[in-house]
Order: sequence, then structure tokens, then C-alpha cells
Amino acid sequence: MNDTTRAQTVEAIIATHARTEGPLLPILHDVQHALGCVDAATEAQIALALNLSRAEVHGVVSFYHDFTEEPDPRPCVQLCRAEACQARGVEALVAAAEAAAGKRVRLATVYCLGLCSVGPAARAIGPGGDHLHARLTADTLAQVIENA
Amino acid sequence: MSAVTKTVRIPDDSLSLAVGADALAAAFVAAGCTVERTSSWGMHWLEPLVEVDGVGYGPATPADVAAILDGSSALNIGAIAEHPFIKPQQRLTFARAGRTRPLSLEDYAATGGWAGLHRARAMSGADVIAEVTQSGLRGRGGAGFPAGIKWQTVANAPGTRKYVVCNADEGDSGTFADRMLMEGDPFQLVEGLAIAAHAVGAQTAYIYTRSEYPHAIAKMRAAIIAARDIIAPLHMEVREGAGAYVCGEETSLLNSIEGKRGVVRAKPPLPALEGLFGCPTVVNNVLTIAAIPHILSEGGAAEYAALGVDRSLGTKPIQLAGNIKHGGLYETAFGITLHDLVYAIGGGTASGRPVKGVQVGGPLGAYLAPDQFDIPFDYEAYARADALIGHGGVTVFDDTADMGKMARFAMAFCAAESCGKCTPCRIGSTRAVEVIDRIRHGGAQAADPLSTMPQMHNARKSARSVDEEIALLEDLCETMKFGSLCALGGFAPYPVLSALKHWPEDFTNGDVQ
Repeated sequence: MNDTTRAQTVEAIIATHARTEGPLLPILHDVQHALGCVDAATEAQIALALNLSRAEVHGVVSFYHDFTEEPDPRPCVQLCRAEACQARGVEALVAAAEAAAGKRVRLATVYCLGLCSVGPAARAIGPGGDHLHARLTADTLAQVIENA
Repeated sequence: MSAVTKTVRIPDDSLSLAVGADALAAAFVAAGCTVERTSSWGMHWLEPLVEVDGVGYGPATPADVAAILDGSSALNIGAIAEHPFIKPQQRLTFARAGRTRPLSLEDYAATGGWAGLHRARAMSGADVIAEVTQSGLRGRGGAGFPAGIKWQTVANAPGTRKYVVCNADEGDSGTFADRMLMEGDPFQLVEGLAIAAHAVGAQTAYIYTRSEYPHAIAKMRAAIIAARDIIAPLHMEVREGAGAYVCGEETSLLNSIEGKRGVVRAKPPLPALEGLFGCPTVVNNVLTIAAIPHILSEGGAAEYAALGVDRSLGTKPIQLAGNIKHGGLYETAFGITLHDLVYAIGGGTASGRPVKGVQVGGPLGAYLAPDQFDIPFDYEAYARADALIGHGGVTVFDDTADMGKMARFAMAFCAAESCGKCTPCRIGSTRAVEVIDRIRHGGAQAADPLSTMPQMHNARKSARSVDEEIALLEDLCETMKFGSLCALGGFAPYPVLSALKHWPEDFTNGDVQ
């Protein structure tokens, strides 16, 4: 996608939120989804449209984990490593999961997917869709990462 | 195949999907059945749980389909409504769990839906608030503030533009009741919000939930569209968080909706007076709002107030999580003991090993040792034991857990998720991780080089012993407890101090990471 079409995409997203109260987060979610990141040029464009400074927009982008300044096109597997999944043994799976992910899959830590009674749990987001997995073992987690 | 097509019911909440409910449903369709997708009963160890003519089978896989249909399956648990996990519960908020299709307006209306809203709209706002106050309902998010008083404050506040905000940012590990409610009975939340908005005179209601809950977001959005005409003229919208735990704190949640960094605000001013966009705002947890339709139904407030103990009235949806055999959702009146929850209902640990401790109330809740398991589930009783009920999550750990490591994790989590506004939380959590590491390494070998610099007049010049490090940690926890702006820094010391109190050996002899 070249700069002009990127800017047009962002403009269209901003327009859909013209009547939204507190539109910044909804805009950033849509931009992150459409472009895979919120880069400096986009921050400036959003700032202009919302009558904010770029610093204010950048402050928001950098505060929230969901927004990134660089795109990462790799499939992502979010592994829950919060207390309940720890109690169910997720830490013992981490080393093998990292090995299975290698550089092809981005293995991220998430604090809680709300599947605390059936952990260890993971969410895989990739070309195959967005799927949840629970009651993971070293083998099934490796399979989830393989299929991501 | 039998001449009459069988109807089987399979949940479609995200937990069931994570354990293969979609593949199971497809297998039943392929076998010629009609499949109804319902909410989950909350017996998570049995998911995916298939219901055929009221009888349950679980956990089922596509390979079990034939045996389930001819009744020979060994997964048969008998009538679900009579199951020993379900029968003793007092389900008010989760009365529809397992029984209805989440997005069916027909099912919702047939099970008493909208009765509370219709009754409330025939009453004045003041009368609605009086009933909520009379029910004794307290905020279910953790602080336990009386809902009626909060609503009264917003109703009395000057101004015509007011908001109702539902805090559905359920980030605590070990809790999933908000998720289950949004995915399983979204109309109940819509109805509760509509009643709250009517009571306080708000024009707009927001539901702020986490981006980690895509299924809940989709269900809530669909429910709002389906119920648009019923709740009109109220405007209701779902707002998606962006992966910040601290946004579950009400003031940072408000900042987040406004499109700002999710940093907490100093209180006062209370959100009830100056909340979203500076307007009077009710901020209530999902479970608080979801309890409202029942309370506003005929005689509901008195029925609610008759349940529970002392000043903790009504029911509490308790979430049994972590290393527990029978994990899931257990809604019951306040007053139940941890002993009953963990052993009688939960069946002990999933691993079969002895219970070492449980954490009640999420990552900021205290760890309780088995000798405290007789404390009744009650806000004040927990406060007296230096613990908190929080959102009602109970996370069980077996004897392989290293509580020193869990204490370190609590502070590391606080450091990672701190919004950075106040110093005790932002710096204190990082320093606490360092102190815990030093304790677990048997004390510092030498004094901190920073402390020995000439300009550090008040700093100590020699290394501390383990006992001195522990005293330092306790002192730091005290500072965080009383000096932090919000519950993140203010409650992070609870898991640390409780672990230190009950399992000191895990700090001094633990496997150091």
C-alpha cells in the first residue's frame, strides 16, 4: 500500500467516526486493523483531524499494548501466563513453545483470556483466523503454533 | 437414524469454543440433529457439554456423537439441572446460564426478560433507586460500594448530560463471570444499563470491555442492535479497550473512553459528580448491572436483600479457577466458606495433589492458606483477614507452587501494568521485585552502588541481611498500600504480604529464577 492509499484509508476511517464521542481509540483500533500499525505519518494525520497534537496521539498509541508503531505481519500466538494458567502449569510449556514458534510465529504473553478454569490457554491470530485453545499440553500447544 | 430429528444443545461461549464446541456441533449436524447453540451452564470441566432432552454429556468430542445419540455414552452426567454442582446454587444473575440462546430475544422475553425495565420505566427514577438501595446491592467489581448510593449521587448531581458506564474490563486472572454474562446473557446487561440510565437520567450508556474478549464484544454489539427499539431513546455502545490492565480502574477507564492514555485520575472529584467528559457518571461492574433486572422485577429487591450475611447481601457469582478439579461458575448467597468452595464443590485440585493455597480476588488479591478456609465469603470478613473478595475469582494452587515466585510475579505484573501516574506504584513495584529477588538470593552480597554514592546522605552504606530486606519489603508494601492512587498499586502488596506471612520458606529456600 503506498502513502496516498494509506492516507485515504485513514481518512475514511476517521470519517466513519465523525459522530463518535471520544473517537481516538476506535479510530486507532480500525487503523491498526487496516494497516497493521499506527505509524508516525498516520499519527500526524489523526492529530490534525481531531485537533490534537501529534504528541497526544503518540502518547495514546504508545500507552496501549494493542497499538504498534511497526507492522508485524507474522501470525501471532498469545499465550496466557497469568496466575490461573500458572497454577495449571503454563510455565512448563514456555520453552517448547518458544522453540516451536521460532522466528515464523510471534509468541506473545497475554494476561488472561478469561479461560481460567481450563488453562493453559492461548489465542492464535493468523491467516487461518482468530481461534482460542484451552487445556493445552506441550504437544497441543506446538500444534497450535504450527497451524498459526 | 430416528424418524424425528433430535435437538441437541451445545454452548457457544468462548470457553466452549476453545475446547472444541464448533467441531462437536458440526458432527451433530452431520448426524442429522438440530443443534441449538446456548450459553454455558458454567461446569467448565465438562465442556463442551452436550444437552439432549435435559440430560448432559461431557466433555464430548465428535467421536462421542453416536454413543450420545443412542444413549449409551459413558459421558452421561444425568439431568443437568439436578447436577450436584448446579442444584445447590442460587442463581439470580446467571439464572439463564445454559438455558437460553444468548441472542434470542424470544428466549429472553420467555424467561422474564424486560420485566424489570418495563416496571422501572413505570416508576420514577427516585423510586427505582430506592429499590436498588433496599436490595443492599454493593458494587461487584471489588470495592463493594453500595450501588444505590452511587446512583443517588449521580441522580442528584446538577447537569442534564449524564452517563452510565459498565466496567466490563475483566482483566483479573481467575475471573470470567463478566465474560460468561456478556457471551451468555447479553440482553440482561442491556436491560440493567437501560434501568440504570432511566434511574439517574442518563442519555448514553457505554460498555467498556477488553480487546482480549472478541466474542463478548461481538455478542454485546449484536444484542444492542437487536434491542435498539426496546431501550430507545437510550444510546448504548460498546467500547473496546486496547490491552491495558489498569483500564479496569474506573477513572482510567473513563480516560480511555475519552480517547486518552489510561492513567488514573485523583479522586475527588468522584466520577459520580465529574466522570466521563466531566459529566456525572455511574460506573458499575458487569455483575452489578446484571443484578439490576432481577432486583427491579416484582418483589426482587426484598428477595435479594433476604440472601447473604451481615452487610453483604444477595448472591455472588464465584469463579473457581486454576488448579481445581471442578472449575466453573458458582453463584450463591454470600457466606459460603472457602473450604466448601475448594473441596466440597471444587473437588480439590485438578492435579490431585494437596492444596497449597488459593488466591481470592485476582492478581491483587491475597493468598489464603488452608488454615483460613473457614472464613465466610463476605466483604467485611475478608477485609478483617487482610484479604479481599474482589470480583470473586478463586484461583487454586497445589503444593508444587512456589509462593515466593508468585509474590514476585504480583509485583512484576504491577510494574508492567502500572499507568505511571503515582510514584508508589510506578517505582515501588519495580523496587519490590528487586527486594524480593535479593531475599530469594539470600540477601545482597554488597551494598547497592547507588546507595554508596556520596550525595546519598540518608542511604544505607552496608549490605542488608535477609531479615532486614524482609523488613524493607514490608515497609515498601505499606507505602504502596497507603500511598498509591488506585487499587493497582494499593493492592499489589496483598498477594506479596500474604505469601510472605504464610509461606516464608518459599522466599528463603525457593528455586530462584
